[in-house]
Amino acid sequence: MSGFLTLYRRELDLAWGRGGGALLACGFYACVAALVPLAVGPDPERLAAVGPGVAWIALALSTLLSLERLYERDFEDGGLDLLALGPIPLEAVALAKGLAQWTAGSLPLALATPVAALLLGGAPQALPLTFAAALLGGLGFSFVGSMGAALALGARRGGVLIAVVVLPLFCPLVIFGAGAIEAFAAGMNWTPGLAFLGAYSLAAVALTPFAAAAAVRNALS
Amino acid sequence: MPRLMFGLANPQKFMSATRRLPAVLGVAAALMFAVGVWLSFTAPEDYQQGDTVRIMFVHVPAAWLGLMVYSILGVSSFFALVFRHALADAAARAAAPLGAGFTFLALVTGSLWGRPMWGTWWEWDARLTSVLVLFLFYLGYMALRASIDDEQKAGRAAAVLALVGLVNLPIVHFSVDWWNTLHQPSSVLRLGKPTMTADLLTPLLVMGVAYMVLFFALWIASIHAEIRQRRANALVLKAANAA
Repeated sequence: MSGFLTLYRRELDLAWGRGGGALLACGFYACVAALVPLAVGPDPERLAAVGPGVAWIALALSTLLSLERLYERDFEDGGLDLLALGPIPLEAVALAKGLAQWTAGSLPLALATPVAALLLGGAPQALPLTFAAALLGGLGFSFVGSMGAALALGARRGGVLIAVVVLPLFCPLVIFGAGAIEAFAAGMNWTPGLAFLGAYSLAAVALTPFAAAAAVRNALS
Repeated sequence: MPRLMFGLANPQKFMSATRRLPAVLGVAAALMFAVGVWLSFTAPEDYQQGDTVRIMFVHVPAAWLGLMVYSILGVSSFFALVFRHALADAAARAAAPLGAGFTFLALVTGSLWGRPMWGTWWEWDARLTSVLVLFLFYLGYMALRASIDDEQKAGRAAAVLALVGLVNLPIVHFSVDWWNTLHQPSSVLRLGKPTMTADLLTPLLVMGVAYMVLFFALWIASIHAEIRQRRANALVLKAANAA
């Protein structure tokens, strides 16, 4: 367990350290959100219709940014070989990486999401739900995304490849997350969407580490 | 049965056992397509859709095949990953572009069918959307496979992805259905489901079988091509080592 925690802290340090990956993702997120009114027009009614959905898509895209380096930096400097030889199974390593990706990447983004939704004309009453959905969905984005990062190890142009591999798997998350927010805005029952979002995210936490570990073993063999 | 299966899993035996199969299946497919197309054009017009109902005979089997080939891809990937069968890996690799092709055909013919029936080329209908996502799954598989240089590693990484996709496909389908009921599609003329009469069902089934036979012909032919390619690569390596 202490090994797991050490690994988790190391991943957090690497994510927050030089380059400030999390802040970069937030900057990207702000840029995408700022482009929306420029493309759709500043009319508040039109913005309010698309705003929450667009904020959610921008969240999905922003989580892709920091994925490329997640496994690759350890793959390049040989750290991954050491981790594979170490006492902690690779599945637990994948779990630690996914959790760190969530805390360092998705948590700041989840804080930014209500702000973006508000700027794009979302209702203030929906903000707590937006935050909760972004936090919960971020768990799924992080774990599915880090599995994609592990699969793309040793590939050329890994970054674009991760996006192509992972985005179809993001479909349910986008549907349930945006659906819950939209149902809330329409005054309908929003709990099923949030519950499904949580279910998919938790299933991703439970299952994707195995796929990621298989991918890492394959890349190292 | 298991003995037969694992005997055939040897590429050498597979090659000699199925040497003539692509040609035989190809001829069978051509004959069935001839019958199927003839039946499709002689089938009576639908009372609601008129002549456009004939698009169904091309469209629906393509959609069936798109799904069926993905499950074949998943099963082959499982065997390639767990038992490390070279043949299963070749089978998975050969199946992916074929499945993507059938899925693409289903999307295009669906769009052509939607124009006269719904008055639009594309409708974000639950089925269309799930088929589109299925197509994206195929693209992801092929992209991953193509961008890793080491053939063996590419095969195994892609196999993991194919299995993840197999688990995800029902979830995506469910989520898209859920999303569609949330949005209540507007007053688009829905495809009424008149209980299909035999004179429409027969051509559909014949076309379905023809598509399937065509797939197996193409699939086995491209597995052969894949095995020959690997042999050729091995010979080149050998020659280079000897020189």
